[in-house]
Amino acid sequence: MDQSAAKPNTAETVSPIRQYLLSRGNSALADKFFHALMVLCALSIFAIVALIAWQLVSNSQLTWHKFGFGFFYKTFVSPVTGDKLYWDPVNEQFSALPFVYGTLVSSFLSLLIAVPLGVGLAIFLTEMSPRVLRGPLAFLTELLAAIPSVIYGLWAVFVLVPLLRQYVNPVLVTTLGWTGLFSDDNPTGLGFFAGGVILSIMILPIISSLTREVMTAVPHSQREAVLALGATRWEMIRTGVLRNARIGIVGAIILGLGRALGETMAVTMVIGNTPEIHKSLLANGSSMASVIANEFTEAVSDVHRTALIEIGLALFIVTIIVNALAQLLVWAVTRGTPSRAN
Amino acid sequence: MRGESLKSKIRTITDHAVTVLAVLATVLVVTPLVVIFGYLVFKGASSLNLAFFTEIPKPEGEIGGGMANSIVGSGVLLGLSSLIGVPLGIGGGIFLAEFGRGTALANAIRFTADVLNGVPSIVMGLAAYALIVSPHVSFLPFLGHFSAFSGGVALGIMMIPTVCRTTEEMLLMVPHAVREAALGLGVPNWRSVLSITLKTASPGIITGCMLAFARVAGETAPLLFTALGNSFMSTSLNQPIEALPLQIYVYALSPYDDQHRLAWAGALVLILLIVVAVSLVRYVTSRGVLKGAS
Repeated sequence: MDQSAAKPNTAETVSPIRQYLLSRGNSALADKFFHALMVLCALSIFAIVALIAWQLVSNSQLTWHKFGFGFFYKTFVSPVTGDKLYWDPVNEQFSALPFVYGTLVSSFLSLLIAVPLGVGLAIFLTEMSPRVLRGPLAFLTELLAAIPSVIYGLWAVFVLVPLLRQYVNPVLVTTLGWTGLFSDDNPTGLGFFAGGVILSIMILPIISSLTREVMTAVPHSQREAVLALGATRWEMIRTGVLRNARIGIVGAIILGLGRALGETMAVTMVIGNTPEIHKSLLANGSSMASVIANEFTEAVSDVHRTALIEIGLALFIVTIIVNALAQLLVWAVTRGTPSRAN
Repeated sequence: MRGESLKSKIRTITDHAVTVLAVLATVLVVTPLVVIFGYLVFKGASSLNLAFFTEIPKPEGEIGGGMANSIVGSGVLLGLSSLIGVPLGIGGGIFLAEFGRGTALANAIRFTADVLNGVPSIVMGLAAYALIVSPHVSFLPFLGHFSAFSGGVALGIMMIPTVCRTTEEMLLMVPHAVREAALGLGVPNWRSVLSITLKTASPGIITGCMLAFARVAGETAPLLFTALGNSFMSTSLNQPIEALPLQIYVYALSPYDDQHRLAWAGALVLILLIVVAVSLVRYVTSRGVLKGAS
């Protein structure tokens, strides 16, 4: 009774702890300031995306006004020779068509190689592999995902391209030459095919590690239920795992596609760098990223430079859409499960 | 009866076939990866010597020389990019894990960070070019010409999403009890975040920063038209500067054997950096955050 009555308003009865806390002052202001600072840091990510978009749009106005949307599909005819012409810095005629074509061809070629292998690797790692192998293989894929593009390019120039030139391309020409996709007129070994192969090696780790993550997120009860019904292992994987994880696997593949679309250095080093469109996969070509890397510092005029920036803008928009889509698909499956499960 | 047993035979055969295919896919993937890795290490190790670290490049066609200017240049660029990327990234990660958990803003930021992570590096280079290299404002430093500054900014921007997401992931691994203990002792929230939660998660965050650092260390595309390259020793932020990946790119496409040798050696240096970063990250995440904090 006495104590409770004396508690408020009398300085003598305030406990030493309470006194100490009061003497330190209020930290509400500091807390608010800290919170605001962290929000600012987080908002910088929005700011960066906006800044990139604004810079690319404002710096590509010249080309946009001159060629409009036709920049991405029109072709020109050379006034001198009468040949088809796409990219003519001297006469300031620009069309991004061959680069769009090169990017699409090399990316889809890389998916064609990397998807079956990547998904197969993921199936092996999650469903079949002995536990001992899992760690080292996961480590290896993680490592290879981190190796810089330029080093893959270096390896491709000195190992992959000579290999393709000597052993692979002649076989492709003799066996599949009738399709018209492999013609024997480029002795260098460079070209769309070399670009697609090095891209597939580069996106394999991404596709397989994400697929693995998505497959690990499928609950064990699903597998057990299917096995209990008498399914073989493959039937269990097909109906119990792949069917549940398919959205996430599609997301992983699209994410791989996003990487392939924007991959620059390795492709620049092996694709041949000519602004041309060929049906043959063994012919030289160019991709959107490679033409920027190759020509930007040597751009002869403002139109040339803004044309390259507009290609960069297109690349930016496409990769943002592709990545957003992939991210949503992967999240749809892995949401609620820890992301670093091995 | 007979039909059923045939069916089950087919099922068994399919099962075995798929197993074989999966193993085959694994072998097909792992072999080239191991071969690439082994080849890089072998080529690099046989090309590396002391001169690589101490000398600047010789004129074209001459034997010898090294990449001292590239190593210094990469150091300058990475220092600048870390100054930009690490604080902003960690701050963003703290917001995502400590303040914005479950809010729409945090989800939007997390999503944008992941999308930004997928934007091609060459686009970052174009943006840095448009922002810093192309405008001519005479009273501002660094603007209007190729410079180490513009390259560092491009790399710094690329570090932010990676650092932000790793920081968030590591902070989420810190148990709630730790925060509650700090708050229960009357520690203000900002102090609790900085010296309790962040400190507990610091081994993970530091290795995450190292991984981001190792990734941008190998980036070439954003430097092509920002840092540009420089065949002499330079540490000025206001001048073009050389970087290891740029030099590897140039030397890989040069006609001289000795420059190829230097390119392989440079590649090995970059790879060692990455191996160290990736293994550290794996080590820390497998040990859990709390144990590393003592």
